[in-house]
Amino acid sequence: MTNVDRSALTRRSLFVGAGALVVSFAIARHVPAQEAGVALPGSLDDAPFLDSWIRVDASGEITVFTGKAELGQGIKTALIQVAAEELEVTPDEIHLVTADTARTPDEGFTAGSQSMQNSGTAIRNAAAHVRALLLEQAAQQIGASAGTLRAEGKAVHGPDGRSIGYGDLASAINLHVEAQPNAPLKQQGSFKVMGQSLSRVDIPAKVTGGQAYVHDLRLEGMLHARVVRPPSPAARLVSVDASAVQAMPGVVSVARDGNFLAVVAQGEFQAVKAMRALAAAAQWEERAMLPDRADLPAVLRSLEREVGTVAEEGSPTPPSGAQVFRARFTRPYQIHGSIGPSCAVALMNEDGLTIWSHTQGVYPDREAIAEFLGMPIERVHVIHAEGAGCYGHNGADDAAADAAFIARAVPGRPVRVQWMREQEHAWEPYGPAMLAEVEATLDQSGRITHWNYDLWSNTHSTRPGGAGALLAARHVGESFAPPAAQLRITPSGNGDRNANPLYAFSNRRVLWHFLPDMPVRVSALRALGAYANVFALESFMDDLALEARVDPVEFRLRHMEEPRARAVIETAAERFGWADGSLPAGQGRGFAFARYKNLAAYMALALTVEVDRSTGRVRVVRAVAAIDSGEIVNPDGIRNQTEGGIVQATSWTLYEQATFDDTRITSVDWASYPILRFASAPENVAVHIMDRPGQPFLGTGEAAHGPTVAAIRNAILNATGAKLYDLPFTRDRVQAAMAL
Amino acid sequence: MAYTLNVNGADHTVDVDGEMPLLWVLRDVLGMTGTKFGCGQALCGACTVHLDGTAVRSCQTFVSDAVGTTVTTIEGLSPDGNHPVQAAWREANVPQCGYCQGGQIMQAASLLKDTPNPTDADIDAAMSGNICRCGTYPRIRAAIKQAATKMAGAQ
Repeated sequence: MTNVDRSALTRRSLFVGAGALVVSFAIARHVPAQEAGVALPGSLDDAPFLDSWIRVDASGEITVFTGKAELGQGIKTALIQVAAEELEVTPDEIHLVTADTARTPDEGFTAGSQSMQNSGTAIRNAAAHVRALLLEQAAQQIGASAGTLRAEGKAVHGPDGRSIGYGDLASAINLHVEAQPNAPLKQQGSFKVMGQSLSRVDIPAKVTGGQAYVHDLRLEGMLHARVVRPPSPAARLVSVDASAVQAMPGVVSVARDGNFLAVVAQGEFQAVKAMRALAAAAQWEERAMLPDRADLPAVLRSLEREVGTVAEEGSPTPPSGAQVFRARFTRPYQIHGSIGPSCAVALMNEDGLTIWSHTQGVYPDREAIAEFLGMPIERVHVIHAEGAGCYGHNGADDAAADAAFIARAVPGRPVRVQWMREQEHAWEPYGPAMLAEVEATLDQSGRITHWNYDLWSNTHSTRPGGAGALLAARHVGESFAPPAAQLRITPSGNGDRNANPLYAFSNRRVLWHFLPDMPVRVSALRALGAYANVFALESFMDDLALEARVDPVEFRLRHMEEPRARAVIETAAERFGWADGSLPAGQGRGFAFARYKNLAAYMALALTVEVDRSTGRVRVVRAVAAIDSGEIVNPDGIRNQTEGGIVQATSWTLYEQATFDDTRITSVDWASYPILRFASAPENVAVHIMDRPGQPFLGTGEAAHGPTVAAIRNAILNATGAKLYDLPFTRDRVQAAMAL
Repeated sequence: MAYTLNVNGADHTVDVDGEMPLLWVLRDVLGMTGTKFGCGQALCGACTVHLDGTAVRSCQTFVSDAVGTTVTTIEGLSPDGNHPVQAAWREANVPQCGYCQGGQIMQAASLLKDTPNPTDADIDAAMSGNICRCGTYPRIRAAIKQAATKMAGAQ
């Protein structure tokens, strides 16, 4: 598909091949866009051929390909809308193929709220280009100018009433041509599908028990496997007598390789029972290697090895005599906590290794597994199949590696592995603990003149690349070590995501104190460092607003120059009714803002909390958000992601912390790691979407998490006068802060 | 050992380990995968089914306890997938990942059968054993109320 010999396919031959088709919108260029240094829109820049994205067969069947995966965020629906709009067809006329190493473009990971920016933009531009080619072809065949033609119902209709179907037109067109940077996109006003809250295409199966997940895949002859994980992260398998387990009903085999121990059985419950028996038979040597959770700041400081400058402007030194305000914020290790434990199915046969996985990155996962098993990469095929929501790098890739490793030992039989609940809680990589210290100076007019921010954090991504990212590869006898973590300062950020305030401060310094060692396994959890950094930044903005005796919304606007940021702040305040300061007794209100990554969606949030002074219980009552995601494809999709983000971040903020002693993880189920339940959910969440016709898509899925934690914190402050600096805001902590 | 179960209106005789929870009988023996394994400890609600119309956690229900009852799973909640709760879930685009939603729907359907016009407190009490990680609780609440309204109108 994309490994065509590009030198043989010159721009000249493409133009000849496509006749006059391209010139109707192409700028005159003699070299492919990329060779000329012109970036193509979205992921087209990496996969420039139109037929990597869109194919139209002779019967007119339209297939659209994306390297992104449905994670429950609704991306399939939004991508279908974009393609249907530009191809002038209805959504049900689009067949969408998602992440699959044999079929779709390599778009890396479905992560970072980038699917609409990358894949949505690519598909939209490719579809517009294909539409133009179809129209030009029809113009030639009908003998009319393209401008007089109309596309509808998978056909192009001429002014004289003649019609030619897309299938016939496509047969005469070569779609194996490179995209161009200025495809003729449709504009708002002429949209039929974009901008509509099209019902999610994946929902019908999900509400009727239809097959929707990799967990439900049932292949002929499929076996069920379970892994026996070590009792603690640094444990070593000393011995195991598997003979009794081998004799259990349904057991096919027991696999042991180093510290990797698994059982394969005919039935799933047989595998579960055998796993328990095998775990009981295994002797492990454990080591006390986990850090002291009771003093997280000291632990994080002790791990610092390097400092990176995230931002610097003016002088970091406040004028002498100025009053400097300081605060310290912490965030604990937190889990992804998918409701469905990770799962994968793998089959090794003469065609190679096929893996069905809910991985966020079929291509990177393929590379890692090929390295792990010592297989040529082209012999490994990874197909995305939906899992439970992952919210970042959870156990998906590890389960895929488990299944692949086990399947190699039973060739010809598909092997399904699902983790147990306690395995998911204990072994998925956590969102890293973080420490942040901020100091700021106010001038006489109540304006922030200096802002110094220091954060301590691991990397927030230990995704594959490389076999060492996979749990099974770390546990086998000939193990792969995790690659050394690197400090990298990038525009979208990592641990330092949103560490640099978007506000106009004339003096600032932002430093990332980098911790390469990871005593607790960590990786990408939704929003990465933005959750803790926006917590610190937007909480301290409220503290400073109090010092300056200025309303928190007004205080933010005084320091904000970007018009689109100001617009969401003003809109959220207005829709909430911020100017009307009255609140029911026992409630407080809080406000926060962030532009995710400082380059994706703008989001502002006002909410109310009620605080039970006798117990310290906090509940979010009402939340009103304004979000600017650029051009809107599916308003309800944006709303659902934003509502869900607010509710999920409320759970992180009020309840969540992974726990461990010096040896073992102790938060291993929903009792020891409680999350938000129904009775504590916000009563009302309203999301207002800014209308931004013609603007680029801006990532939405993680925009809410940072503002939510800070708005809750600020609302507790407003309700009680208590300032909270350490997450989560447990009842004990709220009561202690109120007593100060 | 052989057990005869009535699942979604049909009798099935299964020969399984007496310790096998109903969850695995449904998923692994009868091939009804709509009921999900989430925790195995009755702490999440993803495996919720009905025994004689009442919501139970199938991961903590022995197969023997289901004998002599009528078992209803998400696949059998309605013949055509149009139970008012399912319809409301679709109309409100409730699910994100959806993994918990089969259980949520079964729990909500059980609530509405016993309490056709639930208050917020009724909903909180009935639904608090079903967790959702995507954060769809506000939509679930709205969809339950919508389904209640529709069911009242249909009577």
